Amino acid sequence: MKIIVSVKQVPARDSALRVNNDGKWLDESDLSYEMNEPDAYALEEALQLREKLGGEVVVVCAGPQRATQTIREALAKGADRAIHVEIAEGPALDALATARLLAKAAQSESPDLILTGLQSDDLGYGQTGVIVAELLGFSHATIVMEVEPQDGTVRVKRELEDGWFQHVVLPLPVVLTIQSGIKKLRYATLMGIKKAKTKEVKTIAASELEADASSSAAMDQVYLPQRSKQTQILTGNSKEVAHQLVEKLKFEARVL
Amino acid sequence: MSVLVILEQRDGKWNRLSFEALAAARAIAEAVGGSVNAALLGAQTESLANEAAKCKVEKVFVINDPLLAQYTPEGYTAALQQLIEAVHPKVVVFPHTYQVRDFAPKLSTRFGRPLISDVVSVKTSDGRAMFVRQLFQGKLSADVHSSGDPQFVSIQAGTFRATEPGDQAGSVEKFPAKLDASQIRSKPEQPFREAQRSVDLTAANVIVSVGRGIKEKDNLPVVEELAKALGAELAASRPICDNGWLPMERQVGSSGQTVAPKVYFAVGISGAIQHLVGMKGSKTIVAINKDESAPIFETADYGIVGDLFEVVPALVEEIKKSKA
Ligand SMILES: Cc1cc2nc3c(=O)[nH]c(=O)nc-3n(C[C@H](O)[C@H](O)[C@H](O)COP(=O)(O)OP(=O)(O)OC[C@H]3O[C@@H](n4cnc5c(N)ncnc54)[C@H](O)[C@@H]3O)c2cc1C
Repeated sequence: MKIIVSVKQVPARDSALRVNNDGKWLDESDLSYEMNEPDAYALEEALQLREKLGGEVVVVCAGPQRATQTIREALAKGADRAIHVEIAEGPALDALATARLLAKAAQSESPDLILTGLQSDDLGYGQTGVIVAELLGFSHATIVMEVEPQDGTVRVKRELEDGWFQHVVLPLPVVLTIQSGIKKLRYATLMGIKKAKTKEVKTIAASELEADASSSAAMDQVYLPQRSKQTQILTGNSKEVAHQLVEKLKFEARVL
Repeated sequence: MSVLVILEQRDGKWNRLSFEALAAARAIAEAVGGSVNAALLGAQTESLANEAAKCKVEKVFVINDPLLAQYTPEGYTAALQQLIEAVHPKVVVFPHTYQVRDFAPKLSTRFGRPLISDVVSVKTSDGRAMFVRQLFQGKLSADVHSSGDPQFVSIQAGTFRATEPGDQAGSVEKFPAKLDASQIRSKPEQPFREAQRSVDLTAANVIVSVGRGIKEKDNLPVVEELAKALGAELAASRPICDNGWLPMERQVGSSGQTVAPKVYFAVGISGAIQHLVGMKGSKTIVAINKDESAPIFETADYGIVGDLFEVVPALVEEIKKSKA
C-alpha cells in the first residue's frame, strides 16, 4: 500500500505569540517550530499500516525552508522518503491554496491512501485533507479514530459529536483526516535519526507545480482577542492567591 | 437574494447550532444587504422546514431525497452545489459542526472558493462582510475577507445567540436536486455510542479538570490531592486522555462529556473551543494557568496566573485549613 502523509510545521505549542509590525501575521523572529500534533498522529497511523501491510510511506510537506527540520523528524520516525514543496516565508496561505500545492505534489505519486491531521494548531482551518480529496477526485473521511484496510476499500471509525461514532466504508484511493490520540506516538530512535540523513527528500519550488497558490482569503489584521468578560485575576504569591480564592469561593460565589 | 444558511438535522432532530448560524446569517445580511434564505437537506424534513420558516427567513429550500437520508459528503455536496448554482447567494453560512467540517470544504472547492471556517463575529468594511476567526486555538484573532462570490463561512458554536421562532413564517419551497446513487462512494453504517460510561461527570458538584500543563502522568497526584480536598471528581482535557494518563470517560469537551457543576477548576488547560463547549455552563469557573493570555481566562470567573505546581499545593493547604 502506498501511503502519503501530509505534515505541516507549526510554531511550538507554548510559544509566546507576537504580532508583527504590519499587523498581518506573527513576528517569527524568535519562534521555534514543531510538527503539527494531529499530523504526528497521521504519520503514526501510516507507519503502523505499513508495518502491517507493507508498502511505502511518503511524507509531503508544504512549508518554507525551515520545514526541513520537521521533514527530517518524520523520516527519523520511519517514513521512507519525502517531498518538500517549498513556499516563501511570511503570512500563511489559505487552506485552498495549500491544498492545491499538496494535491499536485501527491498526484504524481498515485497513492492508495493520503493521511493528514484533522487540523493544524496554528491556522486551524481543518480543511486541507478534504480539499485535497476533492481536487484529486478521491473519496474522504474526516475525524478518523480507526483505519481498517480491506480489499480495495478501507473501513474507518469516525468521531461524531456528543460521544457518537460511525463506521464508514470507502473505496481507495482515499484521503483520511486523523484525530489526535488514534495510536500512541513513537519517538525517533538514534538509529532512525542516523538513517534519516540518507533518505531522499525531493524539494520542489511551489512555482514549479503550476498550481494556483494564491490565497483568496486574506488576513487583514491579526491581533490579541478582545476580552469581554470581567474575570477576577487574583494576585500575590501562591499562598496569598490560594487564600483569596478560598475566601471568594466561600463568601462571594458561595460554592464551598 | 444574499445569504443562504445551511441548517443541519439528523433523523428529524435539529442540530441546535443551526439556529446560531441563522442568527449569524442575519447579521451578515445586515452587513451586506439583502435577505436570508435557509436550506435543509434530508429524506423527510417538511415539519422541520416549517419550524425553520418561522425563524425570520424569507424562504426555506427543502431538498428531500432518499439518497440524503443518511449523511454522505458526496450527496450533500452534490445537492447543495445545485442549489447554490440555482439561487446565487452572495454568502453561504454553515454552523461549524463536525458534519460541516466533513463536506463544506469540498463544496466550496467546487466553486474554487475558500471556506472561512470557525467564524466568531462579523464586521463590515466597504459594504463587504469581514469575518473574525480565531488562530492558535483562540490565542489570536484574525479579520479575514475573501474577494469574489459566493463567500463560504462556518460559524463557531456559542458565538451568536440562537434565533428564536417568531409569528411570521417565510415560505417553504421544494428544490429538486438531481442525485445519482453512483456518485455516492462512501457507505456509512449506523451511528452508535460506546458502551455505557462508568463515570458520570454530569452528576458532580465540583470538578477538578487537568490539562497538558501537568506535563507528565507522574505529576497527576498534584491535582488528585486537590480533587480529594474538595470532594471533587477528576476530569481532563483531551490530550490527557489521548495519552492514556486518564481514561477517556473523564474527558470534558465536544467529544467528551458536557458538564455544568457548581465549580469547575481548569488546571493547566488553555481553553480551546472544543474544551469550552463542554464546561462553559459551569456556575463558577476557576482557571489556573501560567500564561496570562490563555483563552481560558476569558471564560473563567476567577483566574490565577501562575505555576500550577506551586499554586495547587498552596490551594490544597488553604482548603484543608478552611475545613478544619
Ligand atoms: C474535533 C476535535 C474534537 C476535540 N474534542 C476535545 C474535547 O472533547 N475535549 C478537549 O479538551 N479537547 C478537545 N479537542 C482538542 C482541543 O482542540 C485542544 O487541543 C485541547 O483541549 C488542548 O488541551 P489542553 O488545554 O490541556 O492543552 P494545551 O492547549 O497544550 O494547554 C496547556 C496549558 O497549560 C498551561 N501550562 C503549562 N504549564 C503550566 C504550569 N506549570 N502551570 C500552569 N499552567 C501551565 C499552558 O499555558 C497552556 O495554556 C478536540 C479537537 C478537535 C479538533
